[in-house]
This record gives sequence, structure tokens and C-alpha cells, in this order.
Amino acid sequence: MSALLNGKRALVTGVANRWSIATGIARALHEHGARIALAYQGERVKDEVAKLAAELGGGPVIECDVSNDASLGALREGIAKEFGSLDVLVHSIAYANKEDLAGKVFDTSRSGFALALDVSSYSLIALVSALRDQFADGASIMAMTYLGATRIVPNYNLMGIAKAALESAVRYLAFDLGDRGIRVNAISAGPIKTASARQVGGFSRILEVVPKLAPLRRNVSAEDVGKTAVYLASDLASAVTGDVHFVDAGFHAMGMYPPDLA
Amino acid sequence: MATTFEKVKKIIVEQLGVDEAEVTSEASITDDLGADSLDQVELVMAFETEFNIDIPDEEAEKIKTVGDAVKRIDESAATT
Repeated sequence: MSALLNGKRALVTGVANRWSIATGIARALHEHGARIALAYQGERVKDEVAKLAAELGGGPVIECDVSNDASLGALREGIAKEFGSLDVLVHSIAYANKEDLAGKVFDTSRSGFALALDVSSYSLIALVSALRDQFADGASIMAMTYLGATRIVPNYNLMGIAKAALESAVRYLAFDLGDRGIRVNAISAGPIKTASARQVGGFSRILEVVPKLAPLRRNVSAEDVGKTAVYLASDLASAVTGDVHFVDAGFHAMGMYPPDLA
Repeated sequence: MATTFEKVKKIIVEQLGVDEAEVTSEASITDDLGADSLDQVELVMAFETEFNIDIPDEEAEKIKTVGDAVKRIDESAATT
């Protein structure tokens, strides 16, 4: 237990269950001394999120639908009331219709595209906008992304396009908030078996490929991502902003199959 | 020691909030126990965590009844 984040107040979005990447991040931030507020979407995950919040210091649990401005306003009020100001925001939210996570990208519907980009990309801008007066100077904002934003990962499809928009938003927001010393970064995690990831076509196969190709010869866990989130949230990353930081066992750096792989 | 069926039953009761008596071997996870697609994914993940096994998506899709789940879990246990 370190005190790296002692006294910091963190809002973690996107916790749905114990396998969520956001859960791993919240756990790591909590272990390093941060106070945690959890935002969740939808009645069905409410009990599970409340249970996790109790394990993480019993901080506030706030429902928020990021596609609804009134709901974002209620989140701002909740944070203002419970925390006053905010030192860390974790964005771990994405959604696309299942039919858009397999098949051909050119079959994507206009409404499916709008939905995926609204929930997965615009939501970061909307959250930052809603919480702009809550952020303490020097706050750290981070969003979860994936290699499929800049490379072709078959079946990731529309989510890759949404993550590309998200990564770009990270850079522009980093500029917008930089004069207040607020840092904005993305964590590009390797594939992790979550309920959401399993919506991507052929996901099990992706998990088999990474340990054969990645320099560290293994998959990554939500715990690995949590440790990097602690660094980005802390003063150790005081001059790091506008970056996409890979936590993928080095997979992204490979340019050729290893010789032992046919 | 609890049998696979008893453990599976406990997980289903916790995950879906159904009555223990409803969880029979023949019960359909979607039709009888009311699981939606996300529930189904979470159930499979709960089985994987509890039994320390891997159930790839294409095999997970074949699990329709409680009995199917028990059978699939016992197969994994037999091969490890």
C-alpha cells in the first residue's frame, strides 16, 4: 500500500461488474490511497456496482447515462456535493451494436455509427464539459482505447473507428485543459476478457494470438492497466499529456511474426 | 464437496436472482431463467472464474440449459 494518491478524489466510469477494466483501475487507485466515486449506467448493474463500491472504501455511487445531458448534469451535482473538486477522471465507456462488431464495416448503419460514436467517443467530451468546473488544477483524465483505433483488427470494426475519434479527442482536450495543468491521456490496453470484449466477433482467438506475438509473451490483465492508471493519475506523470500509452505486453511494437510462429 | 451442479446452481441464483427450485438440469437459461445476452456472457465468465477454466465464445453459445453448462464444465475438469 503506497500513498501515491493520498487525498486524491477519483471518478471512475464504466464499472459494470468484477471483470470490468474500470473495476481493476478503481481497485488500483484505491489501493494507492485515492477516494473513489463510481459512475454506472443502467439499473441492471446497480447492485453489483454498489457491492464493488463498498469494497473500495464505500465512496459515492452515481448513475449516469452519458448520452443524456440531464444525467451528466446530475453527475456533476453529485460530484460537487460528495467530493467538491475532482483530481482524477477515468473514462471506460464504449458501446456498439453487436452486428457492428463483426462482418463488413461497409454494412454499418448510420444509426449504429451515431450510437457507437456518441457513447464511445463523444462521451469523453461530454464528461469533460459537464465536469469542467469540478476539475482541480493539475487533475488527470484518462480514457481507455485499443490498438484497433489505428490498425486493422478484424471484427473490431466500428469500435476501432470510435476509438480513433476518442484518441483524437484526448489530444484536443489535452490542449484545451493544458493551461490549467490538467493532463489528458489514453491507455491502449491489450485485449482483456470482459463481458464487453466478448461482444467482439472471434474474441477468444484474439486472446490466443497475443501471447504468441507480444514481446512479453502474455496477455495483460485489468490489474496491469490499473497500475498504469495509478502512474497517470499521480504526480509521477506530471509532464505526460496528449499521449496514447500502451499497456499491451508490447504487442503494438511488433512488425513481423516471430520466427517460431508459422 | 459440492457437485458441479450445486455450484452452478449457486452461481445462477446469485447472477440471475432466480429461485433455487427453478434451476433444474433441463431449465433453459434464457427461456426459463430469463437471462438476456449480457447475463449469458456474465454467467459464462462466472463459471470460468469459479472453475478456473476457459469456455471460448463458440462453445459458450452452445450452452442452452443448466445441464449443458454442467456438462461443459465437467469436460474441462476432465481434461486438466
